This record gives sequence, structure tokens and C-alpha cells, in this order.
Amino acid sequence: MQTFIDAYSWLNLRYLLQGLWVTVEVSVISVILSFILGTILGVIRYSEIKYFSAIVGFVIDLIRNLPLLLIIFFTYFGLPNLGFKPPVIAAAIIAMTVFESMMIAEIVRSGIIAIDKGQMEGAQSNGIGYWTALRIVVLPQAMKNMVPALVSQFISLIKDTSLGTIIVLPEMMYHAQIIYGQNTNYIIPMFVALAVLYFIVCYALSLVGKYFERRLA
Amino acid sequence: MIHIFATEWQPLLQGFGQTLLCSIIALFFSLIIGTMFAIFEIMPNKAMRVIGNIYVEVFRNIPLLVITMFFFVVIPLYVVKISGFAAGTIGLTIYTSAFIAETVRAGIQSVDGGQMEGAQSNGLSFWQAMRHIILPQAFKIVIPPLGNQFINLVKNSSVLAFVAGFDLMYQGNMIANDTLQTMSTFFAVGILYLIITMPLSYYMRHLEKKLA
Repeated sequence: MQTFIDAYSWLNLRYLLQGLWVTVEVSVISVILSFILGTILGVIRYSEIKYFSAIVGFVIDLIRNLPLLLIIFFTYFGLPNLGFKPPVIAAAIIAMTVFESMMIAEIVRSGIIAIDKGQMEGAQSNGIGYWTALRIVVLPQAMKNMVPALVSQFISLIKDTSLGTIIVLPEMMYHAQIIYGQNTNYIIPMFVALAVLYFIVCYALSLVGKYFERRLA
Repeated sequence: MIHIFATEWQPLLQGFGQTLLCSIIALFFSLIIGTMFAIFEIMPNKAMRVIGNIYVEVFRNIPLLVITMFFFVVIPLYVVKISGFAAGTIGLTIYTSAFIAETVRAGIQSVDGGQMEGAQSNGLSFWQAMRHIILPQAFKIVIPPLGNQFINLVKNSSVLAFVAGFDLMYQGNMIANDTLQTMSTFFAVGILYLIITMPLSYYMRHLEKKLA
């Protein structure tokens, strides 16, 4: 018991929470960027522009089917080989954004498909152009249905930031490793703290997702 | 990249094998555990439902890396010595089983309730009805999402690189460190991952369309 009390000294807790803050920072920035990029890519893939959509679709499938860890390696260890060395946080954000925007593109595409075709036809027969109809008629409806899927994607993004440990991203997992690296008695308390903190953040978000799901149903 | 394949094919192939092996072991056990907890979640007994819910919610909301590192760091220190590969596979199994439980539960619940009532009124017990009537129908529905879980599992198996699991990612990292040709090594590793995941993902999409 005493080790638990020692392990959760204010100094250690503060260090962990600083890590949690980096986790939140990286995931919020990445999710905003990938939401924008993913929506654009999803719309391109949906709209069947000759060749272009097919190529974009193929790239989305390629990246979606790679492990995020590999993409992190690409951005942090691979890019310097091409003469561009991003700082750690930037590398993590780039990797997360690239990966997540492909995931979100798929969510957007299937969200648009789920909207009744009559909406698009109706809008177009009222003289609204294809892109305008997509933007002001179809997408807003699709977005509403996509909220639960987007929230669960955000949750997995938060969990995935822990992979940043491998490029020494100063997030919570890495900070915990530093703490228990100094004193092996703190290993179990640190894992408990990690589990609890991640759980609180992710579970709270999943409740938000469930709330939207219920409201939509 | 061809150069990397030509000179480093041995560790790459070994890593490819380890990744496949670990994914298949983890899939097998997480299917069993996941189905078990899915049934717990819909059992009439409230205590069982709570147990099922807690398991699923806890392991879905903790990063895979934390679970895996727990088995890599804590278990060998206090309980029993296990290899990195074992620690990684156990972590993957637990993490994936929570997701599979959610998928299978949704599948079971999408089977009409009359099936269970009909089976029970014909004298089958809850478990018999589950095994012979409900699960076979549920599994047909959940095959595409389960396939997607397997794709995720293969991708997630890259955490073995953290625990010296000698998987594809680990070998790739080693080769990149040795040859310093990071970009081409990671391309090679990426292609090997895509060999497993791409066909599966297209096949699942095909199945989804066929079932819809």
C-alpha cells in the first residue's frame, strides 16, 4: 500500500498528467486535421470523378490497411532519409492525421451512401449544382449520422497516441515508463494509473458517442 | 526496395511468419473469449451481464500498448517469465476479444427474439438454443465485421515490435537500423503487411455487398 502512496506523489501525478495533456493535444489536433482532410477525400471517393476517384480510393485502401505504427516509422525515421526531419510532435501529428483521415474518408463515404438518393436528385432538379447540393443538402445530413462512428474513431485515435512512445513522443505512456524506469516498485501503480486515466478519457467519450447514437435512433 | 528484399529476405520472411502466427493465435482465442463475453452480455442473469459489460468496456477503452506492456513488464516480474511474443499475443487476444464481443453481441441481438423463445418452448435450454439456433445465425451476419476485426488484429500485431516479438515491424525496424535505408525498408514492410490485409479487406467489402 505504501508503494502506491509513494508512487502517486504529486510530482509523479503531475508528470503523468502532463503526458495526458500531450496525448489530448496531439489527438485533438490530429482529429481536427483529419476530419477536414477525410471529408474532402471521402467526397472525392464518393463522387466518381473519372480516374481521380479511383486513384484516391486505392490510396485510401492502401494506407488504411497499413499499421499505424508503420506510418509513424515512415514519418519519423523515413522522411529524414528524403531530407525532411520533422520534430517529434509534428511527426506524430502527421502520422496520426494521414492514418485517421483515411479512416474518416471511409466513414464519410459510407455516410453519404446511406443518404437517400432522392435528396441529391431533388436538389439537382431544383437547379442546385452537384457540388453545391453535396455541400448544403447531402453532407449535413450525412454528418449527423456519422457522429457515433466519428466519436469511436476519435477514441481509437486517443488510444493510438500511446504508440508515439516509440518515437519518444512525451505522452502519458512514455512518462509512465520514465517513472517506473526509475523505481521498479512503481511499475504496478503506474500501470494502474495508466489504465484508469485512459479509461476515464475514452469511456467518457464513448458515453458521448452512445448519447448521440440514442438521439439519432 | 528490391535491394532490401534481395538482401534481407530472411528476417523479413521470418517476421512475416511471426506476424501471421501471432495474428492467427490471437484471432482463435479472441473469438472464443469474445463469443463467451458476448453471451454473458445478453444472459438473463444480471450478474453475468455486468461481468460481460465490465470486461468489454474496460479493455475497449485502454490502449493495446498498455495491455501488452503490462504482460511484458509486470507478469514476468511478479508471476512467470514469458517471452515478448507470448506477452504480445496475450495482450492482442485480450484487446481484440473485447471488440469481438461487441461485434458478436450485435450479431446475436440482430437474430429475431422469437428464435430463442421458439427453441426454449421446444424444450431446449438457454445454452443449447444459443449453440444450435442463435449462434449459427448470428455468425453468418457478423462475418464481414469479424473480418474487419481480423484486419485490425493483423495491423495491431505491430505492437509486438515494442516487446521484442520478432514480428514484421520489429524486423523492419532492425533492418532499417542496420542498413540505414529507412524509406525502402519501410516500403518493403508495408508491402508485406498489405499482402495480408488488402485481399482480406476487398473480400470483406465484397461479402458485405453480397449480404446487404
